[in-house]
This record gives sequence, structure tokens and C-alpha cells, in this order.
Amino acid sequence: MKLRTSHYLIIAFLAAFTYFYSKDGLVATSVLYTAIQFALPLALAAMVGVMCERTGVVNIGIEGTMLISAFTAFFAGAILKNTVQGMLVGVFTGAMMGLLLALMAVNWKMDQIIAGVIINILAAGITSFYYRQNYSIPSTLDPIDLPVIGAWPILGPVLSFHGPITYFGIFFILGLWFALYKTSWGLRSRAVGEHPSSADTAGVSVSRLRYLNVTAAGAVGGLAGSYLALEAVGIFERGFTAGKGFTALAIMIFGRWNPLGALAAALFFGLTQAVTNQLMIDEVVEIPPQFINMLPYILTIVVLAISAGKVRPPAAEGIPYEKEKS
Amino acid sequence: MKTLLEIEGVSKSFGSVIANEDISLTVREGEILALLGENGAGKSTLVKAVFGLVKPDTGTIKINGTVMESGDTAAAIASGVGMVHQHFQLVPVMSVTENMILGDEPKKFGVVNIKQAKKEALALSEKYGLEVDPDAIIEDLPVGMAQRVEILKALRRDVKLLILDEPTAVLTPQETDELLEVLRNLAKRGVGILFITHKLREVMAVADRIAVLRGGKLMGTTTPKESSESKLAQMMVGREVVLRVEKSVAKPKEVLLSIKNLRVNDDRKLESVRDLSLEVHAGEILGIAGVEGNGQRELVEAICSMRSRLSGEVVVKGKAIPNLNPRAAHLAGVSHIPEDREKHGLVTSYSIADNLVLNRFDQAPFANGWIRNLEEVASNGEALVEKFDIRAPNASLSAGSLSGGNKQKVVVARELSQQLDVVVAAQPTRGVDVGSIEFIHNQLIAARDAGAAVLLVSAELDEILSLADRIAVISNGKIVAIFSSKEADRNTIGRLMAGLAS
Amino acid sequence: MDAKQGKKLDFSPILVPLLSILVALAFGGILIFIQGINPLSAYRVLFTTAFGSFDGVAITLAKATPLILSGLAVAICLRAGLFNIGAQGQLISGALASAWAGYTFVGLPALVHIPLALIFGAFFGALVALVAAVLKAYRGVHEVITTIMLNSIVIALSDYLTSNPFKEPDQPLTRTPKIQESARMPDLLGLPLGFFLAIGLSITLWWIMRNTTTGFSIETIGRNKNAGWYAGISVKKTIMLSMLIGGAVAGVAGAVETLSIIGRFEPAFNAGLGFDGITVALLGRANPLGVIPAAILIGGMRASGSTMQFEVGVAPELVDLLLALILFFVTAPLLAKFFKNRKENVAMTSGWSN
Repeated sequence: MKLRTSHYLIIAFLAAFTYFYSKDGLVATSVLYTAIQFALPLALAAMVGVMCERTGVVNIGIEGTMLISAFTAFFAGAILKNTVQGMLVGVFTGAMMGLLLALMAVNWKMDQIIAGVIINILAAGITSFYYRQNYSIPSTLDPIDLPVIGAWPILGPVLSFHGPITYFGIFFILGLWFALYKTSWGLRSRAVGEHPSSADTAGVSVSRLRYLNVTAAGAVGGLAGSYLALEAVGIFERGFTAGKGFTALAIMIFGRWNPLGALAAALFFGLTQAVTNQLMIDEVVEIPPQFINMLPYILTIVVLAISAGKVRPPAAEGIPYEKEKS
Repeated sequence: MKTLLEIEGVSKSFGSVIANEDISLTVREGEILALLGENGAGKSTLVKAVFGLVKPDTGTIKINGTVMESGDTAAAIASGVGMVHQHFQLVPVMSVTENMILGDEPKKFGVVNIKQAKKEALALSEKYGLEVDPDAIIEDLPVGMAQRVEILKALRRDVKLLILDEPTAVLTPQETDELLEVLRNLAKRGVGILFITHKLREVMAVADRIAVLRGGKLMGTTTPKESSESKLAQMMVGREVVLRVEKSVAKPKEVLLSIKNLRVNDDRKLESVRDLSLEVHAGEILGIAGVEGNGQRELVEAICSMRSRLSGEVVVKGKAIPNLNPRAAHLAGVSHIPEDREKHGLVTSYSIADNLVLNRFDQAPFANGWIRNLEEVASNGEALVEKFDIRAPNASLSAGSLSGGNKQKVVVARELSQQLDVVVAAQPTRGVDVGSIEFIHNQLIAARDAGAAVLLVSAELDEILSLADRIAVISNGKIVAIFSSKEADRNTIGRLMAGLAS
Repeated sequence: MDAKQGKKLDFSPILVPLLSILVALAFGGILIFIQGINPLSAYRVLFTTAFGSFDGVAITLAKATPLILSGLAVAICLRAGLFNIGAQGQLISGALASAWAGYTFVGLPALVHIPLALIFGAFFGALVALVAAVLKAYRGVHEVITTIMLNSIVIALSDYLTSNPFKEPDQPLTRTPKIQESARMPDLLGLPLGFFLAIGLSITLWWIMRNTTTGFSIETIGRNKNAGWYAGISVKKTIMLSMLIGGAVAGVAGAVETLSIIGRFEPAFNAGLGFDGITVALLGRANPLGVIPAAILIGGMRASGSTMQFEVGVAPELVDLLLALILFFVTAPLLAKFFKNRKENVAMTSGWSN
């Protein structure tokens, strides 16, 4: 199943790319470049989900985490007149939201879905109350012209000239994959997410690890929010994460809670969006813009409907750990 | 011999329930101490306190003479305590090796050295003669094998004191013998062993000393030589134990429940009931004996229409029960005392009265068409609380506030207070106090005498032997033999349960 | 939640929400203070505008009407163990459908036209919920994600419809034509008719939950799905039913707003009503009667937000912030712990066994 789906996707991708490239090479590479830009925040946000759920905490507050981090990143950047400092503030904000979720989920043993929704509503409330017009950041984070790779044919213009968060994000995802499957942190995290009492009886502190991972995941969500505000568009609007935090959950599930799987799924989402955009610009097909906007949401539902029941989530997901019961 | 463990005056209570009261015990090097007690006597709580999983309210625990910080598992492990839990503490989706190293991984620059871990695992299993495949995934292993992993996991940490919590509950008699042999070997190597059980034969077979707990208190310590099974039973229960339930001879009549060529999958989509056929007559108790996990749960759920049947049929009073329709099974006359009362049997936040009509809330007299008759529900509740001796001030109390035994009585009252054709009782006395056990047994016999066909599934062979009129042995999803209660013999049944030909 | 437990002197269902409102106001007060404004005067304006005069109360109740209904839509689903974040989308769908029925059918008497438009609203609200319900019941897809995605889809779709086929011709705005006079819901005793409809629906649903077999089925599935299945209640049917009821009620919320207040469909006019329903439902402890005071409180805050800006200079989005804080404190167990019944200690030990 897994192999077949991915094979079909690769074939479809190559066919589409060849078609575009034969028509216009410049457009084809720019579509791929855009696909990466669409995919990156989704992939990073999906990592938030992976990090939390692998240790058994459901995080439905990714949307709110990204929103409020984008907000603080943007306004800190604007007020301090320093985009990089803004980004650090965004990451810190994300970590604080992670800490809040950990507090509600681990300490208070709240229903994690409700806890996540609270984060989303809090974020919407705070950003909407403190939002001010007429602020701007000095500049977006500068794109980086990759040496050597940038000169490659076809791939050069696709891979080069992305912003620093993009490159960092991709390395982070690869690193997360390695850490999750090869290090003792990963082994312990996965054990806590699957069967926490096993980890506990082996001397691994379930709550400490959940705290650590959920907080760190929040920081990643903060990075994703900073990307949107400081690298992708350079503005902030009320509610401008536009459901990316929820799409990220579908991507996480589609990628089977595996960082690389989620990265692939995010690229698929990004590519779909980039191609649709290009089709609209080229006026190949006439689609009302509202339908273009709907696309990621419909895709999210379809992906969930397909993968539900076929993939196996971490077994202890969503269940507060009670030490004295076992 | 050196004293390994000293428990001094440990007390622990959960809310108003006292689990341990002023308990003092010692375990020496190379000694097997059996901790004997009924369900709910406080055995698990005590050993969890030793292992740092439970914080005692008062008292101290010393290991090798050092006072242990309460509630610190890591410290307990570091000082050489290992524990094999009743519910295996293994991550089902991970490999044997990964489970063995969890929490103490061999590392190179922070990266787990899985090769070395595998080598260690193999060396260890060779050293103690506990053969396992280090690459096997836990959820694919049979229970006995998974338990070996648990023991190896403890041994890898250089264990000096090994605690085993009801390790034989899930084993066949033969696997149990193997385990006891392993324990003797470990003791010879100087490991102190604290072995929890409520099975008297095992205690007599393996223990050096025996400590008996009852109602959270230590009743005394003794040795197999100074004691006998019946003396221990009396210490454990606090009164003369009726080892055989009083009942008249069964008068079986027509077949009420017949199961024909039933095939059912378990949760992992593996076939766990394989072409099973069985008939239960009115006026008899048919006991299903078997080691847990041999298809009993799936059989019961398929009879009650809660789990999909791949093929075959379940016929009650001549009528086939439709697949996946618990309501239809219930209406056809099947009463079901489920194995897991908290999961299936009760809505703990509902009142006792609501729980007592849980599967007939929409039938007369509890509802007139669409409208519930709340007065009738309440008066039915009060009547059943009285009749089934449910210890609660009134039926409007939430079911969750009851003790285990009384919760089970609510389920039994609901299921046995209706028209009785077929009664399916799965582990009806698990985790229930002695008084309630006796009561529930008598209710099942009364149901039989009233003309019901009773199917009793229990992991306790003794319960089957004392209640059943006929005994069917299940192994690997098949009925391998059926005995009348007269011809039933513990050893033969044990061998059959283990899948060996008799 | 435990109406039937016979604990006679347990005030925590009322005390906890009240206390959480107070704590949230205190927190909000600090935030207002930081902005250099006296929080007490801000709150005084907030509450005197909302509850200080007959006109104020009438406006508050009008604002509360769709909130009672959207709160009800969330509360019924919570009873069944479902978190319906999609009241917003269901509400918009209902609003648009009722507007369409309101301006399309001509020449009907009001007694036919108004109910017809309401039914359109209920039906299309339920239709949106149906997607999430089917995916939940038959595919196991979590309703939180699907309902949120459906919100965005419905918003985009309604935007498309009102800017193309349903657009009022010969004018630049994205909106439908005005509804016929025969579809307009009249006022009763100076209050919108919809308010009485909302109260009536609350009482009906409360009665259904308490006294009928359907209510018991929904409640049972919500509390213990496995036990419900064991007892012969169809889990799938119950999920479908409660989601559809929730969707229909949210649709009615949109319809009532359209037919009595707005008079047409205009995308931005319904923003937030469905989301406030979540806060209303949780503040009202998922009780069909409890949502009424919760909705009135929140309706009052919404109604006086702009006056507050005018008189004290606090942005009306302060209400968003206050509501988020209320939601946080009402669900946080810190306050609940305060009032924990001693008896619950016994219940906690149910997990303790050998």
C-alpha cells in the first residue's frame, strides 16, 4: 500500500513536470520552487505534530501556536527593527505555547483536544486584540544563493535562493528523523508514546519527556509561524495562518508520524497548490479563486478519509499518564 | 545470607481505601519469598512501593541497607531492583532488543548502538538459558516468550532483587513449571526473589518463605514445611474456605445455545476462534477452561454479537443471531456478564439505577415508546440493590463510587434479573472480593437451576472445576476436549490447555 | 454534568463557571490596565450598556439568540462525545440557504415562508455536518479536523455563491438580494421572535436529553462508547444523529440571524457566531439549559464592545480576549479542583486493583 501510493505519486509528478518543462522550462522550475515554499510551513507544522504525538500528546493547537508566533515575530521584528530578533521572539513564543499545552495535558491531565482548542482560541483572541496596523518589518529574511547547487541545471533554480528558515527547516526534519529512530531520546520518546508505563518502569520519566518534547515542538511551531510572517510574506494579518495548522495534522497522519513521510506529504500538498496556482495564472482552466482557496482543505479531508483506519497512530496518544494506576 | 530488602512499617491508602497497613518484611540474598494474598489484599501496592511506582504514606524501604527515596523508580533500578509486572511492561511495536535496553541504552556519541545491544541480549539469554530472538517484535510473541523478555530486561540491569507480580496468571501449567525452574536457578545465583501470587500450589512448590497479606495487613510469615494449602488458604481469606461450591446435580434439558463452525478474528485481524462448535443445554453450566488469549474473549464477543463473525453461526433457542448486533442477541435472550466491566459493563458516571437498565432502557416498563419512565428505573434500581446485596446507600449513587465487587454485582444484577435463557459469564469474579465471589457463584447456580444455559469462561481453573457441570477445554481457538465434571482431572486439563495431546 | 447523581448540595456546576468568569475578568483587567485605561470603568461601560437598560437588554438578547443556538449545536455534540468545532460553517450554510429561500420564493404567506426558510437553514446546516458525521462514523476521521476544514470550505463556497450565482445584481457588494417581507421574522414583546425560538429549542433538547430514549443513547455513547455498544446502542447511528442535530441547530442559528437581523446574506456578517458557540457550550457545561445564561453573558459583551471603544477607548477585540480567557479558566481543572466533592476521592480508587 505504502509503496504503491508513493510510486503513483512519483509517476504523476514526473509526468506533470515533463509536461510543464516541455512547455516552458522557466515556469516549470518556478512551480517547483513555489511548491517548496508552500510545503515548508506545512512540513514544519507537521513536525510539531510528530514530536508531540510520538510522545503521546495530541496537539491540535498547532494553528494557534503558529498564529501567535507569527504575530509576536512580526511585531517584535517591526518594533526592534530587526527581523532575526523577531524570529527569535517568534520561536520563544512558540515554546511558551508548547509549555502551556504541556501544562494542560501533562499536569492537569485535561482532555487534549479541548486543551488544543483553547490554545487556538487564546491565540486568536490575543492576536486580534493587540493587532495594530501600519507596522512593517525592515525586510524579509534574505534568501540564500546556494553555491555549486545553485548552478545546477533544472534543480539549481528549484533548490537555491530560499530563505534561511527553509534550509534550516529541511535540515531540522532530516535531523528529527535521525534522532527519532537512532538516538536514545528517540527510542524513549517513541516508547512513551506507545506504552508509557513500560518507559516509566524502565526509569524514564514520562512527564519530563512529554514536557520537553511538547515544549520543543512548540518552538518548532514558532519557527513555522516566523517563516510565514518574516520569510514568506513579510506581513501579519488577523487569522492569516488560514488552517495550515490543521492541514499539518493531516500531513502528519498521511506521513505515518514519520518526519520523512510527513515531509513528502507536505511536498505533495505544496506541489498541488503550486500547480493549481500556475494553471490559474496561465488561464489553462478557469477556476474561481474561491475554489483554489478551498483546495488544501478538501485535500486534507480526502487524505484523512483515505488514511484513516489504515495507519496506526502512537498507541498512547491523547491519554494522560496516571502513574499510580497501571 | 545478607538482607537485601527491608520493608519497615509501610502504609498506603488511596482515598478511604487502605491498601497497606503497617507492613514489615525482609528478603535475603538467594531467597524466594512468596507474597500470598487475595485480589485486593494489597500485594501489588506493596511491591510497587518497593519499585518506586507508588509513594507510601508512611514507613521506609531499605535496599542493601540504604533507605530508598519514595516514588523514585530510577533509584530503585539503580540499586538493583527489577520487576516483572503482571501486565507486561513492554512496548508492543518495538523489538525484543529495543525493549531490553529502554532506559539504559548503550550509546556512541548519543546514538544507540543497536549492534552491541543485540550482542548483549544474546549473551544474556544464553547465560540464563532463556532463549529469545532479539529481533522479534513483542506483539508477535506468545505470552510466555514475552514474559522471558520481561525477565531478561530485569536481569540485564544486574538485578539483585527480582519482583514478579502474578507472573503465572497468563501461563499454561507447563509454562508455569518452566518459570518456577528459572526462578530456582536465579535464586541459586544469589538473586533475591519476591514472588506474588494467589495460587497456593505454586507457593508450596517454590517458596523458601511465605508472607500472607489480607485486607492490607500482614497476617504472618511461614514456610512451606510448617504450613499446608488449607492453612494458607485460611490465613489468606480469614475463615474456613469452601473449596467446592455447594450445588445440586445438574438436570440438563434441551439445547438453548448452539455455536456452529464459528470463526472469529481478534483485534490484530488474526483468526483466533477457528471453526469452533459447541452446545449448551438448559439447566447446565458449561465451563470453558483455557489459558487467556486462546480465543475466549473473541468467542464470547461473537456469541453476544459484539464482534464480527467471519463464518459460522450462533443459534439461541433455534434462532440464529444476526452478526454485529448486540441488541438482537440481547433480545433473543442472551445475558452477558462482560470480561471488562469498566469498559463494557458500566457507565461509571451514571447512577446505579441507570446502569441496571443499561441494555433495556428503551423497553417496557422502563420506557413508554420514546419516553423513559424514570420512576420505574429508580424503583427497579432500589429493588435490585436490595435483592443482589449491592452495598450502596441508594441506587441514585454513581456506579463509579462502588468497590470492584459491588460494581460487578451491578452487572450481575442487571444480567440475571431478566428472563434467563442463555447466560454468558466472562471472568465473572475477576478482581472481586471473596464475599462477592461466593454471591456471584451462587447466582450463577441459581440461574442454572432456573433453567438457563450458562456458559462460564474463566482463567481460574479452580473456578471452572468447582462451578461447571461440563468442562470444555479451549486451546488455540478450538475446543480440544469436553469432560463431565466427574471425569475432569486437573492434570489432563492442564496438558490440554497447553496444547499438548492428552 | 451529573444532574442525576443526587448530590443535593453541589453548587460547583454554577460556581465554577462564575468563578472562571471573574478570574478571566481580573486577568483581562490587568491587560486593560497595562494599556493605560482604568479597567473598572471599561467593565462598567461593558455591563451597563449590556444589562443596564431595557433597550440594552433587548439588544443583548438579540445578540444572544444566535449564540444560544450555536452553543446548543456544540453542546449536543459534546454530550455524544463529539467536539463540533464546525458550528461556524454549519451556521453560514444555514444563513445562506435561508436567505436564498427568503428572496427566491415570492408570494408566500409569512406563516409558510418563515418556517420554510428556517427549514432550509436547518437542512443545509445539517448537510454540512453530515460530511463530518459520515467520516467520523464510518471512517473514524476525527471530527475536529473535518469540521474545521469544512468551515473554511463553506466560507469559500458561500463567498463564491454570493459573488456569482446568488449575487444581488447591479451593485458592487458581495451579497445576496434582500429577503421578501414575508420571510422576515417579526419581533415579539420588543424582542426578536428568534429569541423565543432559541429558548424553546433549548428546553426541548434539554427535555429530550433527560427524558427520552434518544437522549439516553446519546448520553451513553458520550460517556462510554464501549458500554453503549455492549448495551445495543448503535454507535454509528448515534454519532450521525447528534452531529445532524447539531448541524441543524447551527443552521437555524444562521437562519434566525438572516431572517430577523441581517435580512440577506453577506459573508462577513456572520463571522464568529459559530466559534462563540464553543465558548457558550463549555461555559454552559454542555447543558442545553446552561447555554442560555452563557449566551446572554457573551451576547451582552458582544453587544457593548463598540460602545466600550467609543467611551473608554478599548478595542472591541477585548471581548475576543476576554472570551478566550473565560474558556481557558472554565475548562482548566484548577478551579474545578477547588470544588471537588470529597466523594470523588473514592471514585478515583476504582482503578486500584491487584
